[in-house]
Amino acid sequence: MVDLKSQTPCAGRVPLRVGPLSLTEDTPEHMTAIAPYIGQDQALSDALKSAHGMAAPGTGRMTGKSGARALWFGQRMILLIGPEPEAGLAEFAALSDQSDGWAVLRLEGAGARDVLARLTPLDLRPAQFRRGHTARSDCAHMAASITRLGDEAYQIMVFRSMAATLVHEVKIAMGRVVAQK
Amino acid sequence: MRLTCPVCGERDRREFTYSGAAVALERPGAEAMPEAWDDYLHNRDNPAGVTRDLWYHEQGCAAWIVVTRNTITHEVLGATLASEAARAGGGR
Ligand SMILES: [Zn+2]
Repeated sequence: MVDLKSQTPCAGRVPLRVGPLSLTEDTPEHMTAIAPYIGQDQALSDALKSAHGMAAPGTGRMTGKSGARALWFGQRMILLIGPEPEAGLAEFAALSDQSDGWAVLRLEGAGARDVLARLTPLDLRPAQFRRGHTARSDCAHMAASITRLGDEAYQIMVFRSMAATLVHEVKIAMGRVVAQK
Repeated sequence: MRLTCPVCGERDRREFTYSGAAVALERPGAEAMPEAWDDYLHNRDNPAGVTRDLWYHEQGCAAWIVVTRNTITHEVLGATLASEAARAGGGR
């Protein structure tokens, strides 16, 4: 038996630092797409709460805390990030394992919003896109999930196959924002 | 150009993919006459004025939506989920 070594999507490309900005990778143990069956939204939310401690997020919102989060992930879709999903959830929703499918990056530091604004058409004004808000949008022409984690901290997710491109694009934008200061 | 996705709110046009006239939601019944299928599959109006089109929020929530807009003024008049429009019988 060959002992294969697993690699994270952004291995060898991050962490990056440009001035006050940093780009790091988050590597959650599990990521699971949860698509609630019609009419089962409340039952799913209750099950999620008792199994993992957070209710289902509303549209464009995130629930839970670092280590176990539920992210709104599109129309009638939730992404459970961190814990292995309790089997009972399958009664109320279709579950599909996405653990190795997405690159999860964290962009943080003064000017992080300006960096992101160069890459996505989302309205990122702090009063519009608040902490805990999330959106599916375009990031450097890639289908992305963008979440505001803190004052100047954002999570950016793209398909794993696009990880290198995303890091490349964010790195360039970080350099340009810092050069302008 | 910005479109208001019923799920996500107002978003940039580049997040959406255009499909065509919302007539695609009005599929004839199996027993319909060939003329009805001809209209459904091939014949499209090219209205100067209000038109209803299907758009896909591809770089967004992945919803199909029906957008009503005016081809003369470029005004976007509204948008509904295609699933709801279809359930309401084509949504007209
Ligand atoms: Zn949408």
